[in-house]
Amino acid sequence: MPTNAQILLYVLVMAGVTYLIRLLPLVCFRKKITNVFVQSFLYYVPYAVLGAMTVPAIFSSTGYLASAVCGLLAAIFFAYKEKSLLYVAVAASAVVFVAERVIEFFV
Amino acid sequence: MATEKNLKLFKRGFKDGIPIGLGYFSVGFTFGLQAVAFGLPLWAPVLISMTNVTSAGQFAGLSIICALGTLVEMALAQLIINMRYALMSLSLSQKFDDTVRLRDRFLIAFVNTDEVFAVAAGRPGTVGRLYMFGLITAPYFGWALGTLLGAGVGDFLPQSLASALGIAIYGMFLAIIIPPAKQNHAIVVAIAVAVGLSCLFNWLPLLQNIGSGFVIIICTVVAAAVAALLFPVKEVAADAD
Repeated sequence: MPTNAQILLYVLVMAGVTYLIRLLPLVCFRKKITNVFVQSFLYYVPYAVLGAMTVPAIFSSTGYLASAVCGLLAAIFFAYKEKSLLYVAVAASAVVFVAERVIEFFV
Repeated sequence: MATEKNLKLFKRGFKDGIPIGLGYFSVGFTFGLQAVAFGLPLWAPVLISMTNVTSAGQFAGLSIICALGTLVEMALAQLIINMRYALMSLSLSQKFDDTVRLRDRFLIAFVNTDEVFAVAAGRPGTVGRLYMFGLITAPYFGWALGTLLGAGVGDFLPQSLASALGIAIYGMFLAIIIPPAKQNHAIVVAIAVAVGLSCLFNWLPLLQNIGSGFVIIICTVVAAAVAALLFPVKEVAADAD
């Protein structure tokens, strides 16, 4: 585990980089990006990053692989139905909770 | 008279920010919960939320902190993950009216999140400083308070509940990326490439040793570049979510 000083250093770097990214275009640039590749690249970044962060990490996010798979399927189902972020998160958690009680009943 | 009008502008922004604030409260709650579950002290996630105000970047930062990654890894991960804000800030700078002074931009930039940007960009015409100040208030405090509460109850949570809630953030991520992917095959390609690479890095023996921060960067850059080359888009700033 990191020490308090290490955590502070990490937070400083995180906050500094994030703030500069948001600030610099707002105070320095007045012209719009016209490069189609850069525009497109930035457009796809959120989807790529969230996809990479979700899979395969989701499989080890709960007590059992089987319960994680159940939760993943539930999340995909409700996300596809365009339920809210909170709804999908709670529904996936609820499915995992039930699945783990069933698993523990049989194991 | 002038102050009455000012109050009205602030109030309108504040009202528009309330639904964002409520959403952030719940996501912030999960962030606090997750941080404490990873073993960090209560103040750490609260400080992170109050200084970063970004969801994906914070969750990625959390895993780098707990894996004791390098500061370079951290800086690069934040740069790649949050690079989209540069585009949003750029677009937002065109949207401001002349009430927005240089020093106001320093404050607004601090809370220019996906949702704040989306709401401001969706307003007809230009937006002024007081509207922006009102707009960012509820999201900022919703995010900070949610984190504090999540981190606070994390310690008292029974193991069975903590295990079930471990999947919550991933559920939210899926809820963000799946609905737009339904209408846009290019987004499906971007997600598929990112997920495929991410699995390769996790399961291939040689690639397993690369730090998680760099894995996220590599997967994101490659997937976004592939999608951008195959499916270039024009005029994306307004609907980037």
